[in-house]
Amino acid sequence: MTVTRDKFGRPIVVVTGMGVVTSLGIGKTDNWARLTAGESGIKTITRFPTEGLKSTMAGAIDFVPVEPFSSTVLGEKLADIATEEAVAQAGIGSKGDFPGPLFLAVAPVELEWLPRQDVARASGANTAIDYDALLRVAGGGRFAPYHHRFMFGSVADHLADSFGTKGSPISVSTACASGASAIQLGVEAIRRGETDAALCVATDGSVNPEALIRFSLLSALSTQNDPPEAAVKPFAKNRDGFVMAEGAGALVLESLEAATARGATILGIVAGCGELADSFHRTRSSPDGKPIVGCVKNALADAGLGVDQIDYINAHGTGTPENDKMEYLGISTVFGERAKTIPVSSNKSMVGHTLSAAGAVEAVFSLLTLEHQRIPPTINYDVPDPAIPFDVVPNVARDARVTAVMSNSFGFGGQNASLILTREPI
Amino acid sequence: MADMEKTRAEPVEAWITGIGLTTSLAEGLDAHWDALAQRRINVDATTFAPYLVHPLAPVIFDQQIPKKGDQRQMEAWQRIGTYAAGLALDSAGIKGNTDILSKMDMIVAAGGGERDLAVDSAILSSEAQGNSSPGYLNERLVNDLRPTLFLAQLSNLLAGNIAIVHGVTGSSRTFMGEEAAGVDAVRIALARIAAGQSDIALVGAAHNGERKDQLMLYEFGDFNLKDTFQPVWAREPKGGFALGSGGAFLVIESKAHAQARSAKPYARLTNVVSDLARRQHPGEITATLDKLWSKLGPVHSDAAIISGAPGTEPATAEERAFLRQHPEHPVRATATAFGQIVEAQFPLGIALAALSLSHGALFPPNDPTGVEIEMSAAPTQIVVTGTGHWRGEGMALVEAVR
Repeated sequence: MTVTRDKFGRPIVVVTGMGVVTSLGIGKTDNWARLTAGESGIKTITRFPTEGLKSTMAGAIDFVPVEPFSSTVLGEKLADIATEEAVAQAGIGSKGDFPGPLFLAVAPVELEWLPRQDVARASGANTAIDYDALLRVAGGGRFAPYHHRFMFGSVADHLADSFGTKGSPISVSTACASGASAIQLGVEAIRRGETDAALCVATDGSVNPEALIRFSLLSALSTQNDPPEAAVKPFAKNRDGFVMAEGAGALVLESLEAATARGATILGIVAGCGELADSFHRTRSSPDGKPIVGCVKNALADAGLGVDQIDYINAHGTGTPENDKMEYLGISTVFGERAKTIPVSSNKSMVGHTLSAAGAVEAVFSLLTLEHQRIPPTINYDVPDPAIPFDVVPNVARDARVTAVMSNSFGFGGQNASLILTREPI
Repeated sequence: MADMEKTRAEPVEAWITGIGLTTSLAEGLDAHWDALAQRRINVDATTFAPYLVHPLAPVIFDQQIPKKGDQRQMEAWQRIGTYAAGLALDSAGIKGNTDILSKMDMIVAAGGGERDLAVDSAILSSEAQGNSSPGYLNERLVNDLRPTLFLAQLSNLLAGNIAIVHGVTGSSRTFMGEEAAGVDAVRIALARIAAGQSDIALVGAAHNGERKDQLMLYEFGDFNLKDTFQPVWAREPKGGFALGSGGAFLVIESKAHAQARSAKPYARLTNVVSDLARRQHPGEITATLDKLWSKLGPVHSDAAIISGAPGTEPATAEERAFLRQHPEHPVRATATAFGQIVEAQFPLGIALAALSLSHGALFPPNDPTGVEIEMSAAPTQIVVTGTGHWRGEGMALVEAVR
């Protein structure tokens, strides 16, 4: 009989379906081809006027039309597309009847400017429009769809309805670690024996003026606008920030036992998850790197693996001066001398930072790395940073023997999460 | 799956060992108990007229957030939540206990998105006067948005602030999704402890109801109670909720973890269940609550019910139809005295249940319609309901520890 429990006696959690959308395209095939060709999905923004903005490029997804534009609607559509692909590949349940819960990583939902301006116009005021004026016309039902649309749970409710997931769907936000957290929630539910399957989805459609300006005001974004495809330079000395991007990733998780019983193809194993919060600062990591170190160690311990068993690190690698420095400190503290030789690459150099979606998008890319035994590069790496002596797989993809991948995600608010993905049960 | 059932360990018993409450009624547990005993209601009908709002009772934030710099980095909902979280840690006797706090898991149910009303109003006014050149919105946002506002709006930054101010760092997860997020935060925290995935957790939420932007979002759906205050069971047929301000946090830990540090329980958190009724047809909410009730485990005939019915329709009438099937159980609705505190409604219900069980008494009814009846016996079980105004249903069973 096949072993279906890990060395800690927990059900082994496997991936049986994956879907992905990024600025590189729709679906695993296109994304993988372009990712391993070292192509960039970053372009100059055309969705809205960029006058007066310091950063004018993004990994925006304009090939999924949303008219009038809404970040929440786009995020929902991207989630639909990625989930459709993942569920179809898994061949699980039946249409509209997924046999398990939904864990969704999603950007915080807010009323956006176009609806706000819509209500302002309806107020009929042509001089001073304050919130009292907006409130006077808000009720009566004409704007009821805005209530429904801008509930924080609205995207998860929509996915739960469309895909027929079971129970109360969970919308999780751990900032830029959200995608990894959604996967961790699914892994934990399966390990508890609550369910045989879980749908873990992460999506972000945040490229709108206010979101871009918010990150820009925190000096987090690259301003190397020209050419846009060269803007994100993870681990390079001339890196100057991340580039906002949109995307979605979806994974069908199952217990190995249930997946085997129904004859599903197993795409990989989620062997371990780690997390640890940082209490140092709202946007900066503790200078000693201890929370990142602890997070990575927690993931290794959860998987029951030593550092020598990890073959590749799918880095958070945002391209901000701070993140990349701290990620090196964390990795080198845990991995010691191996930190200089283990391949560490950043998908964000090509797809940009998909924010709430990044953890799941990069988990999908990590699993594709295991499947194809080929490591996507870190592009735009022309000026090495002597303070970060990683093997970043510079500019060109590389064939390699990869049995276990660590995928890191770190976010504002002291969020740290790491996943360990393997090809075979360990 | 039979083999798996056999091999699965018995669930670990979980206790509620800390409660932090700061609401429109009061700050702290004794003051809340007194206010409930006196049937007090703190509702403001003038500041946001015609809308009714339950404003936060005065608190001295310095007592839980000593650094003014930290307070300045937060919008009101984050201050309320960080304050209530500190009260919960105090109540559990672990404030400043780095050993425990560094391993403590945290799940916060959060909204967020507080707007700078002056900035929004200035932009909209200017646009109404014809300023609509491309890039106008950019220019104003670049110049007028405070850089720190983003972090004060961001949902996961309530948890982030709790980590910074109180040092809770074992893990940090934020659930979003209105009332249901509050239910699922407690449900997941309990499930993790019951399965041995966690030993101790800080769980809760906070809401600032004194916001015109938030009133507007709910006014789109005609959910706000206007003009005249009514207790929650007397709002039919139109219904409505009065937004409230408040924070409710719980410390939940395994019995063994609590006993090892000689912590006293307020109550046992026995079970939390939740679901998502599609709400396409009348009766679906009631049917879902019936189903959740049957999943709670044995509920005795003398159990009390603390209801999170929002006051809006059809959710409230449907919850009432569920309650009518259990007429022997004394009911208390939190929305009458506390208003709608959204993500925090369910943690509040559990907090009041645990408080009542530890007092050996249920607080008195606050309702002229007769839905709420007196209870003289000491409760040993309290069921907490959480029915979302729009989506989501939840239920918990809280029991006395003898």
